[in-house]
Amino acid sequence: MISTYSTLATAVSTQAEHGGQVAVEATGIYSWTWLLIAFPLLGAAVLLLGGRRTDRIGHLVGTVASSLSFVMGVVLFVAMLGEGDAERAFTLDLWEWFNAGGYQVEVSLLLDQLSMAFVLLITGVGSLIHVYSIGYMEHDERRRRFFGYLNLFVAAMLLLVLAADYLILFIGWEGVGLASYLLIGFWQHKPSAAVAAKKAFVVNRVGDMGMVLAVASMLAVFGSSSYSLVFANAENASTGWLTAIGLFLLLAACGKSAQFPLQSWLLDAMEGPTPVSALIHAATMVTAGVYLVVRSAAIYDLAPDARTAVVIVGAITLLMGAIIGCAKDDIKKALAGSTMSQIGYMMLAAGLGPAGYAFAIFHLLTHGFFKANMFLGAGSVMHGMNDEVDMRKFGGLRVAMPVTFATFAMGYLAIIGIPPFAGYFSKDRIIEAAFAENWVYGICALLGAGITAFYMTRVMLMTFFGARRWKQSEPPHESPSVMTVPLVVLAVLSVVGGAGLLYLTGDIVQWLAPVTGEAHHDLPMPLALLVTLTLLTVLAGVAVAWGMYGRKAIREDVPAGNPLTVAARRDLYGDAFNEAVLMRPGQYLTRSLVYVENRGVDGAVVGTATAVGGLSSRLRRWQTGFVRSYALTMFAGVGFVVVAMLLVRLP
Amino acid sequence: MSPTPYLVLSVILFTIGGAGVLLRRNALVAFMSVELMLNAANLAFVAFARMHGNLDGQIVAFFVMVVAAAEVVVGLAIIVTIFRTRRSASVDDASLLKL
Amino acid sequence: MTFPWLTTLIALPALGAVLTALVPSGRGVLAKQVALTGALATLAVGAVISLQYLFDLDVGVEAERYEWIPQFGASWALDVNGISLALIGLTVVATPIVALAMWREAEPDKRDPKTFFALLLAVEALTLTAFASRDLLLFYLVFEAMLIPLYFMIGMYGGPQRRYAAVKFLLYNLAGGLIMLAAVIGVYVLSVDAGSGTFFVPDLVALDIAEDTQRWLFLGFMIAFAIKAPLWPFHTWLPDAAAEATPANAAFLSGVVDKVGTFGMIALALPLFPDAARDFAPVIVTLAVVSIVYGALLAIGQTDMKRLIGYTSISHFGFIVLGIFALTGESASGATLYMVNHGLSTIALFVVVGFMIARRGSRLVGDYGGVQKPAPKLAGVFLFAALSGLALPPLSTFLSEFLVISGTFLQYREAAIVATLGIVLAALYMLWLYQRTMTGPVQAGNEDTPDLRRREVAVVTPLIALILVIGFFPKPLVDVIDEAVEPTLTEVDVDQPGPLAPVADETAEHSNEGTEQ
Repeated sequence: MISTYSTLATAVSTQAEHGGQVAVEATGIYSWTWLLIAFPLLGAAVLLLGGRRTDRIGHLVGTVASSLSFVMGVVLFVAMLGEGDAERAFTLDLWEWFNAGGYQVEVSLLLDQLSMAFVLLITGVGSLIHVYSIGYMEHDERRRRFFGYLNLFVAAMLLLVLAADYLILFIGWEGVGLASYLLIGFWQHKPSAAVAAKKAFVVNRVGDMGMVLAVASMLAVFGSSSYSLVFANAENASTGWLTAIGLFLLLAACGKSAQFPLQSWLLDAMEGPTPVSALIHAATMVTAGVYLVVRSAAIYDLAPDARTAVVIVGAITLLMGAIIGCAKDDIKKALAGSTMSQIGYMMLAAGLGPAGYAFAIFHLLTHGFFKANMFLGAGSVMHGMNDEVDMRKFGGLRVAMPVTFATFAMGYLAIIGIPPFAGYFSKDRIIEAAFAENWVYGICALLGAGITAFYMTRVMLMTFFGARRWKQSEPPHESPSVMTVPLVVLAVLSVVGGAGLLYLTGDIVQWLAPVTGEAHHDLPMPLALLVTLTLLTVLAGVAVAWGMYGRKAIREDVPAGNPLTVAARRDLYGDAFNEAVLMRPGQYLTRSLVYVENRGVDGAVVGTATAVGGLSSRLRRWQTGFVRSYALTMFAGVGFVVVAMLLVRLP
Repeated sequence: MSPTPYLVLSVILFTIGGAGVLLRRNALVAFMSVELMLNAANLAFVAFARMHGNLDGQIVAFFVMVVAAAEVVVGLAIIVTIFRTRRSASVDDASLLKL
Repeated sequence: MTFPWLTTLIALPALGAVLTALVPSGRGVLAKQVALTGALATLAVGAVISLQYLFDLDVGVEAERYEWIPQFGASWALDVNGISLALIGLTVVATPIVALAMWREAEPDKRDPKTFFALLLAVEALTLTAFASRDLLLFYLVFEAMLIPLYFMIGMYGGPQRRYAAVKFLLYNLAGGLIMLAAVIGVYVLSVDAGSGTFFVPDLVALDIAEDTQRWLFLGFMIAFAIKAPLWPFHTWLPDAAAEATPANAAFLSGVVDKVGTFGMIALALPLFPDAARDFAPVIVTLAVVSIVYGALLAIGQTDMKRLIGYTSISHFGFIVLGIFALTGESASGATLYMVNHGLSTIALFVVVGFMIARRGSRLVGDYGGVQKPAPKLAGVFLFAALSGLALPPLSTFLSEFLVISGTFLQYREAAIVATLGIVLAALYMLWLYQRTMTGPVQAGNEDTPDLRRREVAVVTPLIALILVIGFFPKPLVDVIDEAVEPTLTEVDVDQPGPLAPVADETAEHSNEGTEQ
């Protein structure tokens, strides 16, 4: 009876299908997939356990570990290009994790087109950011530890995308959460950083509730949490359960990807060092939610209500993030708002189903390039400006920092979607798909593009153009080449990444189709018209920003602004809401519970004890110590017994 | 043989002993009263034994005597010690054994 | 006749306790060394025994049964299955660690340390007997007897309020024990009625007890176990005991000794009274969920670090009880695994907090701040313990917590959903504690906090290693636990829910015996 699950698991795992593709046992080069994770994990172990002894070589060990993983990824990618279109999925069983009550989980990896794309993004961008960090963290005495954490992150993120079972994915999921926690709070001596780190972890834990419940539901419905079994049997499950699983997964995705309503932690997460913001909170970790939704395509395909929820979450976050990005004067927070918004795009696309999965991943990849580029650019600016982040104190930096400016500009053009930069290809397709699905979705996406153009132009103008507003005695300097080289590489990717991905993988949609399936959509208007419309919206956004920030001098004090600006500065009252609805009542609840515990629950116990004690001290008075009173009591007792016996005998 | 006279005597002795224990303050007198009560009980035992014609009651009476003797030894020792330390044999003075 | 491994396992710490007590007073170091040797010898025997079960090496461990009071049918009966093996393993590992952690805390400025170490070994012997015993009278006897050394350990070596805490601990547990005694006698009388009076558990399990009778007897056992475990609302002795006892003592108490309560639930209450267990399961599941949330919320509200950890234990015991009474294979195996993992992680937490208290001399959270700056290793170990306390995968606690939640989800969906709140609250109380004590600017009085010393590293290293190893390779342990849990659940005879979704065709013939709903 109990062993049913395990029989199922072994029976189906070998011939699983996802999106029509059959995963085969990994052989040859693919059986070395585990090395991808092992390199950075080993690096992390050496750096974190090695102590001070590894201080001097820490950054090198970290960078090499990450780069080896990247090389391995490239090797696997090349090998994979040589396989047939629908023969690119490989499973690798490492060891059996446990088998309890018939619930069996293997530690197994799945390398297919989708995880391959992520592996390259994570290790590629990750390694560049490792290199960059060598320069950025040069003067930090805990640099070794920083690289240890970065390696830990890379390993966990790779496990997340390579797992072949939701529970194994969850290990990576929490691992990146831990790395994120450690890195946001890297400068622990700053209370704000420690608070932000804790906040990020706790909010993510709310999402994890969804993850736990999703896996528990899978256990209830499918008796397993392995991809192969869940996807193969999805069509046998009831729509209600699939919708529930879809919504639970969405909750998890919202936590990790900072989507509404769990978005509040991302802006605070900018307390971490800038390379962390670039790697974790822009390019990779925060996109894990999108990965989760796309990976669960088999479930979402059959649960349209859950998909609609994904789209709505995506659309709301897309606009929210964009609006917040418009009002922030802190360059990193403006970029963070932008990240939220762009992930909103991806979620929206992922919620569109087979028509959008591939575009979500496409945008995820290009976004990884250009957003990492811009974050690192911002870091370079901060490096030159003594860690100043307020854009009102920047201005005219294009002369002082030409490389940073040029690379940042590439990222800028990419994100607002100017052809032929990377963002154009990916974002345009999402807007198309949104319009094809529904006018409302389309208009949200289009509006988002306009606002994106506005706030990115604002960042660009405030930072690199206009009058110098910085006060420091020596002029800002350009960063060392160890920092600018990664910038240049990422800038190149921001330029050619979109077209390059289309070329290299033979159209990303075709590449991913075996995993995600594909669907053709009919546009409600001619394609050319839509493209023109999008470009016009973008240009309008740029023009408005130019009108507000380019033509006029920028004030160094913060203007009052209209109610929307004020709201956006306060993150659209997300934190205020959390504080009013969750934190304050929560604190009140704990305080009152402590009171109830001490006075009520424990009070009852102590009360009983006191009552017994009081009673005994009363009874004690009977013991007078006078022998004759004891004797009298005894006589009375004997008399009582005699009388009682006589009374009982009488009748 | 009618046990009644013996029992009446036993009751009278017991009552005298009981009253002595309750009313007299002197420890020695109280002690003698206790002995009187024990002897009253012995008398009743022996009388009943005689009535029933077996020896059980007499045996019990012997036991009581043994216990009484032991009790006297311990009790007198205590009384003497108390008298030595407090120069008084009143049982009401020795009321310290209480909380 | 083969070597009596199990009796040896119990005799060694008992002998160690006697030898430690015999060391002349004033020779504190010698007493400690004797005690540590005893604990390590027990560990070695325990390791040999677990070899047989975990890795199928036949070393000749067998059930033992010698007559004790034949008139009552009471015997010295010992046996090991997966559940007891897991807990025996925890006990033998924990004792030397606790002894080493107490090395300096029981210094002569208070009292002779030898008493503490002798009592510690005595408790170990009694706890091991409780886990291995297959005789109800023997179990009851050690269940009560272990209160006495613990009473003295808390009352002699604890903090300022130690007398109050010790008396509360003793009275509370004695009260539960008395009710259990009545139930034990009740079971014995039933066995007399059924033929021959016996306390031998397998014989008692075979008894056919009327359902009404079962309920009363079950309640008698459950109240004792719920106090020991402790389950809301019988928990209030634990925070006091945890706060007042020395950290290592508190670690041993809530990490190891209290497991006797949950062990009793799964190894005695369930198989002896299956019908009653089934009837009462929804009530107990509710209490368990209340424990989880209540304990976590109260942990958030504490200002005393040891008290805080005491409340986290209440929350975690809630998970264990939830897993046991959800009555599914996953949840019960998870709960048993949880007993081990909670032991490891709680010991780690108490021990690290003990290091901090030893340095600063205060239990209050408010007296710490920014400790990671002067003592990064201490902070790192503390963070690790906190992470295992909040069940971060792949640390060992995660798997057990997840199995409990997902197994419960199969039977009691609402309870499982509410229980997941526990994982959010756990993050809050653990990380908030870390944030307040370790991060931020260095608070006055913490500037010169020394980092971990060699002895302290030796204390935490095995804990960390075990938490990691069980986290990554839990299979051998889970297998033996699962094997032992299955017959228990069969005894209780609850329908195990199979997968709801009809299974794909090619596997139909494998699964037709279990999937019908």
